[in-house]
Amino acid sequence: MRFSGAFRSVSKIPFVVGALLLAACSDERSSFLDPGGPIAAAQRAHLLEVVAWTMIAILPVFILVPLMLWRYRYRNRSAKYTPDWDRSPLLEIVMWGVPFAIVAVLTTLLWKSTHALDPYKPIDGSGQPVNVQVIGLDWKWLFIYPDLGIATVNQFAFPEDSSIGLDITTDTVMQSFIVPALAGQIYAMPGMRTKLHLLADQPGRFLGENVQWSGLRFSEQKFDALAMTRADFDAWVAEVRSNGVALDARTYAELGTPSVGAEIHDKLGTTEMPAGVVWFNQVEPNLFTKVIGRYTDGRPVPPQNQPGAVGYQPQLTEGGSNQ
Amino acid sequence: MTLDQTGTWLFGRLGLDSLPILPAFENPSTSEFIAAGAALMVIVGAIVTIALITWFGAWKPLWRDWLTSTDHKRIGIMYMVLAIVMLARGVLEGAVMRTQQAFGLHGGFLTPEHFSELFTTHGTIMIFFVAMPLIAGIVNYILPLQLGARDMSFPVMNQISLGLTTTGAALVMVSLVLAQFSNGSWAAYPPYTGLDFNPGPGPDYWIWTIVFSGIGTTLTGINFAVTIYKERAPGMHLFRMPVFCWTVLCTAIIMIFALPPLTVAALMLAADRYMDFHFFTNDLGGNMMNFVNLFWLFGHPEVYLLVIPAYGVFSETVATFSGKRLYGYTTMVYATMAIAVLSFCVWLHHFFTMGQSANVNIAFGVASMAIAVPTGVKVYNWMATMFRGRIRMTVPMIYATGFFFLFVIGGLTGVMLANPTITYQVHNTLFLVAHFHNVIIPGVVFGLLSGYHYWFPKAFGFRLHEGWGRAIALFWIFGFTFTFMPLYVLGFMGMPRRSVAFTDPAYQPMMYVALFGAALIVSGVGSMLIQLWVSVRERERLAVPLGDPWNGRTLEWAMSAPPPEYNFAVVPQVEARDDFADAKATGRAYSEPEAYEDIEMPANTAIGLGICVGTVVLGIALVFYIWWLTILSLALMVVVFVGRTFREPAPRIFPAAEVAAAHRAWLAAVRAATPIGRLDETDDLNRGLARPEHPELMEPAQ
Repeated sequence: MRFSGAFRSVSKIPFVVGALLLAACSDERSSFLDPGGPIAAAQRAHLLEVVAWTMIAILPVFILVPLMLWRYRYRNRSAKYTPDWDRSPLLEIVMWGVPFAIVAVLTTLLWKSTHALDPYKPIDGSGQPVNVQVIGLDWKWLFIYPDLGIATVNQFAFPEDSSIGLDITTDTVMQSFIVPALAGQIYAMPGMRTKLHLLADQPGRFLGENVQWSGLRFSEQKFDALAMTRADFDAWVAEVRSNGVALDARTYAELGTPSVGAEIHDKLGTTEMPAGVVWFNQVEPNLFTKVIGRYTDGRPVPPQNQPGAVGYQPQLTEGGSNQ
Repeated sequence: MTLDQTGTWLFGRLGLDSLPILPAFENPSTSEFIAAGAALMVIVGAIVTIALITWFGAWKPLWRDWLTSTDHKRIGIMYMVLAIVMLARGVLEGAVMRTQQAFGLHGGFLTPEHFSELFTTHGTIMIFFVAMPLIAGIVNYILPLQLGARDMSFPVMNQISLGLTTTGAALVMVSLVLAQFSNGSWAAYPPYTGLDFNPGPGPDYWIWTIVFSGIGTTLTGINFAVTIYKERAPGMHLFRMPVFCWTVLCTAIIMIFALPPLTVAALMLAADRYMDFHFFTNDLGGNMMNFVNLFWLFGHPEVYLLVIPAYGVFSETVATFSGKRLYGYTTMVYATMAIAVLSFCVWLHHFFTMGQSANVNIAFGVASMAIAVPTGVKVYNWMATMFRGRIRMTVPMIYATGFFFLFVIGGLTGVMLANPTITYQVHNTLFLVAHFHNVIIPGVVFGLLSGYHYWFPKAFGFRLHEGWGRAIALFWIFGFTFTFMPLYVLGFMGMPRRSVAFTDPAYQPMMYVALFGAALIVSGVGSMLIQLWVSVRERERLAVPLGDPWNGRTLEWAMSAPPPEYNFAVVPQVEARDDFADAKATGRAYSEPEAYEDIEMPANTAIGLGICVGTVVLGIALVFYIWWLTILSLALMVVVFVGRTFREPAPRIFPAAEVAAAHRAWLAAVRAATPIGRLDETDDLNRGLARPEHPELMEPAQ
């Protein structure tokens, strides 16, 4: 799984720069140049390999352009002048051949890395894998742990060194889910399920965000991704179970109303929950599939039932369902 | 959701609350003042323009010589004027966004509403109403001259294309005064731009702006391609055409095949919004991924549409200012064609992150990377053109140097982005913003601005001020570097694009650097206006009436500056590639033809202007649901269009005697003038007659 490359050793130099830039950040890690897991580390390694190989084609431009501008400047009468020279078969072979060879090398790297880092593929880890379902809303993320019966808003905790499988959708417009220090992004789209796997080597705090423009306050749609030891994770689950509120039609309708984490925390949260976070302990078992299925069952979803729409006003019927 | 029909029948949903000036009084804030100020600028600008035209009594010449003209040269100049006006707005918007983000730690001075409109209009304007009209303008002016033609194949359609492009630009300007433009980004992804989420007029402005200008651009592409196929002078084989003409052919093909998917996607979105269709809605079988595919099926060829003519300009200027033939002409042609074809095979790299399988991503990733090969070959060819040349560091060469250095960096980041694994990380971040500005500014903008400097003396008969020109080029080169290199870093640090504000103080220093860069670019644009002013004032000193200020190599330099309306007194017989250089070397240049003939040129028509006014009214009517006006404007346009087919306007005739007199007067002036060497090129001595440059004829070193 781990992606090893020929330029690993050379690759250390740019990190000094990267590390300096990132040193100013808080303890929350937010870049794949400062990776917290194997996927982001392999992405960084791949990036550097691409840069190194491409340099073969680019450095001649940086070196030769100034040299030629100087050597063949108009006033330099000692330089040769061949106004009618316009082709050289040998040069032609080099000009086409070298970029072609580089692209051929890069193609094999691309092929291998794209398969190796396919976000749909589980990652090898020593711990028990965890499944999480993610629903994007305006402008917050809902994380459902279907096997544990809990859910959270804007807090994504998981055990270290375990493959975390995410099923992602949105109940509003399109969004894009990313935890940069762990893995890449994948779009969240209404009526569709996308998948992403990530793994953290060690406990840590990582920035997670929506990077797809999805409305006025999308830049506030951030969350904490928390990698924990197994014991800490189990304790966290227990804490959510005991301190959470119920995720039912009423609270879900509240989540569907445009707001950011801090606001939804004020509405639904309790003092036991961290700032900007909501915990749920009773979760409808098939909420995720219902959210997707609502768009694909061939019935219209009028704006009053469409989270994020102008005029969203869910009618809570006696059945208690707005789905 | 169905249309909100609460408006009046007379004004639709257009009401007093559509005026953005009112909120500035109700709720005074910096953000509202900026919006109101922009609206006022549009209104005051329009009034001042009308007043000035009236003051100078210019309505009649404006109507006769410009608005109703079918002359490709005048249409080209009008495109350029449109592009430069819109450039000023686009650059200012960019600068406001950079300022907002520089102070965007926990807030800033703009509301998210205004910021999102800014990035939407900035993108839409820069692509459709700056880059595209700059290209259409330069190509319109230069293409027939380089081919040895008297005009485009379809002069009236040319005027209509200009009219439709202007319509799009006008709608974007009107949106400053009436309601607001879309805030769904230039790509306008549904469902965000659907009726459920965005019932206001914004996305409708976007739709009609794109539909009208898109149709105009498709027509432009047809015109360019047919002109190249049918209007070449005798002897001008395809493989004798200047490389610029080849790049125009590639761009024309892309215009014909890539613009329709966009127009169709916008119309499908309109069907969703106006007629309760469900192409891209969340429910009832709609699928927004189809929009994303259609949009980028246009969007990726589009960037090559923009950059390929810029390659053409560099091919002309690097050869001319190195005093040498272009190295590897045939290679250049094949490389350009390869890029044009590959540009249709890579659109999926704009959404590697949409969840398709690894194998699909690999196919498009490899295709994207493959474009780097012909592009690299072109860069090496330009370098080989400079090799053993005699290089003059004039303004176009400064742009070319900036282009070589910066564009290969854009190529490097492009190769990175071709890799799905890397795109998964940097997609939708400021890295992406940095990348596409990195190819569009050093590639497209530098290319077109150097073309502007290079061909300006041909169009107006005097050179642009050289010193200001150098300052502008340096402002752009360093302005670009300082603005966008920091954005690469911010992207690596995980900052999403389109963020109005941020919370991580680590972003702050880079944001300040970018703001400094933006100030340099604004200075560059300001200097362009100063340069134009200074050059017009000193036009006597800078005059090059004999027409060949740069020792040019191609046909457009073989005539007076500005050229006569009919371009060539006698259609030239082309003997060689770089025909004018060959003619000067072999003594064929500046010779009098055996006979002159009457020349027929197309008559003036107001149909393009009529279509422009009609579609602007139609657009506003559709945006505000004013149905009677929709029907009326459509009906009027149909009547005008069909009505025209009933009368064939008589062509304008230039009698042989008149042509001969003008041509002989120019030849006499050429014979009386002293040819100047390249050292005096940027001096007052340059009247547009060049001394041949050959190794055995070179003057000794000074």
